[in-house]
Amino acid sequence: MSLLIIIGEALRALRLNRLRTGLTMLGMIIGVAAVVLMLAVGQGAQTTVNQAITSMGSNLFFIVPGATSSGALRSGAGAVQTLTMGDAQAIAHLPSIKATAPIITGTAQLNYGANNWSTSVTGVTPDYFAVRDWPVESGALFTEADLRSSARIVILGQITASNLFGEEDPVGKTVRIKSSPFLVAGILAPKGQSLDGRDQDDAVFIPLTTGQRQIFGNQFPGTIRFMMAQAQSAEVMDEAETEMNRLLRQRHRITEGMENDFTVRNLAALAAVATGAAKVMSLMLGAIASVSLLVGGIGIMNIMLVSVTERTREIGIRMAIGANRRAILTQFLLEALVICILGGLVGVVLGIGGAWAVSQAADMVVVITFGMVALAFAFASAVGIFFGFYPARKAAALKPVEALRYE
Amino acid sequence: MNSPQVSDHPLIRVEDLCKIYSLESGNKQGGGTVNSQVLYDVNLAIHRGEFVAVMGHSGSGKSTLMNILGCLDTPTSGHYWLDGRDIASLSDDELAQVRNRNIGFVFQGFNLLKRMTALDNVATPLLYAGVSRAASRKRALELLKQTGLGKFAAYQPNQLSGGQQQRVAISRALVNNPQLILADEPTGNLDTQTSREIMAVFQQLNQEQGITIVLVTHEDDIAAFTRRLVRLQDGRVVHDGRVPA
Ligand SMILES: Nc1ncnc2c1ncn2[C@@H]1O[C@H](COP(=O)(O)OP(=O)(O)O)[C@@H](O)[C@H]1O
Ligand SMILES: [Mg+2]
Repeated sequence: MSLLIIIGEALRALRLNRLRTGLTMLGMIIGVAAVVLMLAVGQGAQTTVNQAITSMGSNLFFIVPGATSSGALRSGAGAVQTLTMGDAQAIAHLPSIKATAPIITGTAQLNYGANNWSTSVTGVTPDYFAVRDWPVESGALFTEADLRSSARIVILGQITASNLFGEEDPVGKTVRIKSSPFLVAGILAPKGQSLDGRDQDDAVFIPLTTGQRQIFGNQFPGTIRFMMAQAQSAEVMDEAETEMNRLLRQRHRITEGMENDFTVRNLAALAAVATGAAKVMSLMLGAIASVSLLVGGIGIMNIMLVSVTERTREIGIRMAIGANRRAILTQFLLEALVICILGGLVGVVLGIGGAWAVSQAADMVVVITFGMVALAFAFASAVGIFFGFYPARKAAALKPVEALRYE
Repeated sequence: MNSPQVSDHPLIRVEDLCKIYSLESGNKQGGGTVNSQVLYDVNLAIHRGEFVAVMGHSGSGKSTLMNILGCLDTPTSGHYWLDGRDIASLSDDELAQVRNRNIGFVFQGFNLLKRMTALDNVATPLLYAGVSRAASRKRALELLKQTGLGKFAAYQPNQLSGGQQQRVAISRALVNNPQLILADEPTGNLDTQTSREIMAVFQQLNQEQGITIVLVTHEDDIAAFTRRLVRLQDGRVVHDGRVPA
């Protein structure tokens, strides 16, 4: 009997029992769809984290006010303002450090014509954009001269730009921040989500000095909210951390045995934690999905076993008219395989559809790769062959006379 | 009635055939098996072109013998040569091939494949023989027409009468041109009139095509269609010879 004809016999048997076939297939469909969906969501989370990490810039440190050495924050970061512009400049001169970016932050209302938009306003130095590896898309960045003269110049993030200006080109226009007029010098390239899930493109940047004097009205002139520091290379990260700690303790007159009033955090370490968490999450999602696929597989075995028992007489008849064991085995194996392949196909389609729906509804990044579709599909086929084989072998091992006598 | 050519070389030869069934004993203390012997030293030779009736009381071992002759079951001891081949020496695959090519089996309960048309039922043995579906169906239709069932090719078994189902089963047994037809009470489920018609079909196959036929029956008037009678009693051959008139 040719394979083609056996496939025909298997399809015919499946068609004769549409309901049973459909229900078995449902187990497979749900299993495969769950695997694809979970893998897509997990991969999406990893991608989001990775993008956020790369978008930060490379070889970075965060230096924030307040101590964290004894586990809990001694005083909430930002409540004290112990870091100064002078600290930032001093650190920038360390041999292992390439540049620093002192930062002050706040939120403010921006107006352009009738449009207004409330967003985060960040005061930075020109080095900030180099440290963050964040170029302008149009227009220009501000300069050291702008910083010295506390110029009213603003650089817009993509989202802020489109919310205030729509289709209009903002460069050269004037916006009002807290009712002071600012000249829009440039629009930044898009950056995407940050590690804490905020959209980095929903922001504007002004010269640090302008922020200190005109927008935020700092009660401690010259202090900054926090700073970023970029090491010369990945190799000198440890060295840079030690040097910065030593320098800041010295500048802040912290004596032996006293606690730091600042904290230096290595971004790579933060990133590793975040990546690890995302990996664990996608592994867990994958594990949960595999369980549903396994349950689907057991459902197939169940149905195949019932089907073999139910059809023992049919098997006996087929043997009596000349079917050999291989033909019987192949037919039942093919029945299981067809269920798995059709179920797998529908499951893949449903899984992709579900992933799309999740990305739309929950505004999440989902990633579907050919690899994960192939994996789910291969897994489904393996489950089918594995769970189809036992009942098929059971059927093929029967003596014709025993099968025929079966009631 | 002119008898067909009967050759000297037997188509079926069995020697000292025994069949013992081992039954799991229900007895928990003993826990062993109980042996029950169903066939005792059966010796038979059936030549090409013969038409043989096997008779005997219920439980005398007729079906057991037929199943062994049909290669559906194996004897516990003794020998069986089909057309000179020792059946015990054949592999499972070779046995399947013998059932497919050399033997046509007709059952009391018809044993047609459910929810399959008469045509496909008749064609299936050809599929297992490696013939294409189209060619199988063509040949199956010829046979159905020969047995007067051409109109019923597209019917499923449950849409046919008992006599019609048995004709489909006979067509299926014939589809691979076997030398031997084994029929275990083929008229057991049929009324007298239909039984006669079915027997006429067998008789015609034997006389016109020279097919060797061995059939089991309870009834003397069915046995009267044949030309040799083998009577079994408690697993032993107690009579082998002419059919009493
Ligand atoms: N599978 C089996 N296991 C045990 N005993 C069996 C089996 N098949 C048949 N027998 C026994 O063998 C004897 C002969 O059975 P069978 O050949 O079917 O008789 P017949 O066809 O002449 O009525 C009976 O006593 C029956 O109970
Ligand atoms: Mg019987």
